[in-house]
Amino acid sequence: MTGLNDIVVVGAGAAGATTAETLRRQGYDGRLTLLGAEPHLPYDRPPLSKQILTGHWEPDRIRLRAPEAYDRLGIDLRLGIPATRLDRTGRAVELADGSRLRADAVVVATGVRPRRLPGREGADRCGEPAGVYVLRTLDDALRLHAALAGGPRLVVAGAGLLGTEAAVAARRLGADVTLVCPARVPLLDLLGPHAAGLVAATHRGLGLRVRRDRVTAVTTARGAVTGVRLSDGSRLDADLVLVATGSVPCTDWLRGSGVSVEDGVVCDLLSAAGPGVWAAGDVANRPDPRTGRRGRWEHRTHAAEQAMAVARNLLAGTAARPFAPLPSFWTDQHDLKIQVFGDLAGTDRCHIAEGSPAEGRFTALYGAGDHVRGAVAVNMPRQAQRLRTLVETRAAWTDRPPQPTPLGAADT
Amino acid sequence: MKINVDRERCVGAGQCVLAAAGVFDQSREDGLVELLSAEPPQELHAAVTEAELICPSGAIEIQP
Repeated sequence: MTGLNDIVVVGAGAAGATTAETLRRQGYDGRLTLLGAEPHLPYDRPPLSKQILTGHWEPDRIRLRAPEAYDRLGIDLRLGIPATRLDRTGRAVELADGSRLRADAVVVATGVRPRRLPGREGADRCGEPAGVYVLRTLDDALRLHAALAGGPRLVVAGAGLLGTEAAVAARRLGADVTLVCPARVPLLDLLGPHAAGLVAATHRGLGLRVRRDRVTAVTTARGAVTGVRLSDGSRLDADLVLVATGSVPCTDWLRGSGVSVEDGVVCDLLSAAGPGVWAAGDVANRPDPRTGRRGRWEHRTHAAEQAMAVARNLLAGTAARPFAPLPSFWTDQHDLKIQVFGDLAGTDRCHIAEGSPAEGRFTALYGAGDHVRGAVAVNMPRQAQRLRTLVETRAAWTDRPPQPTPLGAADT
Repeated sequence: MKINVDRERCVGAGQCVLAAAGVFDQSREDGLVELLSAEPPQELHAAVTEAELICPSGAIEIQP
């Protein structure tokens, strides 16, 4: 087992918890510590902007594993104690409570924190005016849920997956919601025109307003939010503002460690970030052998896949294998369940394979250079799996499945 | 080994079917998980464990 006796996994979200569990399942029997900055048992984040924000689920429901599972797996789970420093030469991780843990190998799974509005980058939660919210942690979601009682006016700054899902949840709770979206249509780049069109129609049906602009500042009076200022100079009144404008990797604690950091922890194809250091999940910046580009993937499926790859590679020594997953994610937008495989960026053709956008359920393939590059499924999760293989193998565009219903307009 | 699935948590990602096709399927109606075998034979245990780990919504629970 390559002489490892102490492994420290820093970060107890999906990536960290899955890494620790996989290490055990792969037979690692040395000391194993899982560190979480939050006080909660490892939990699943996607429901935060959905069932937790609406209050349909109790917080216990999103626990990744039962409390006793960590003991059973021999994982020393330490919660509420952020790591403050990595000492690579001394092979140790230092914690906020002053303790120091020996580490033959460290897995960085510290995730991301929400980006703040311009001029407020340094602000912590206490430094924000009352009424400004972010949504990353369970506590964030519970706070926002509580604030949404009584039908307040909410402005959501940013219309990515998180902003749109939160806007839908808030609208369902009766808030008056304006989504401020810098793009022409929310999620257009991620979902393609057909699915983004259905999402826009769903948003309209819910009475969600979408404003094409960018929030530049929050306006306040007596320490509380009164609205936002937009880049065209106009103002929107608001009781609450949710800032959902992307995120920043949590790598401050690695400063001075010698670990290379540039928009996340810089990893190689194996997800290694130097001798004895690995990274998994939202914080990992890795090359994508499919496209040759580097990047971070902030998706739940990716976190689990990379965590399993890191655990295996960490134990494999020279038998470590490159991590090259097919990118995929899903989003729930009210009654739309949307799955995406591959990448729609740069694609120049689309083929509706099953169903139709008009009936609210379809699968679509996207291609470029005569190859299938991406697939989208709306309310057809079972059928989506068939398309997945076509994306994974980069099937020739001419091999795409025939279109079962005539839909000339959608084929371009 | 005994498997529980929570269809309310399932997001229909289909990862479990990729990992252990004989044990999990997706329903024809909503694409959510269907358990084909709650107590699978020994030779499928590794695949089922893989499915539990990879499930993006934690909808699969294995009792040892």
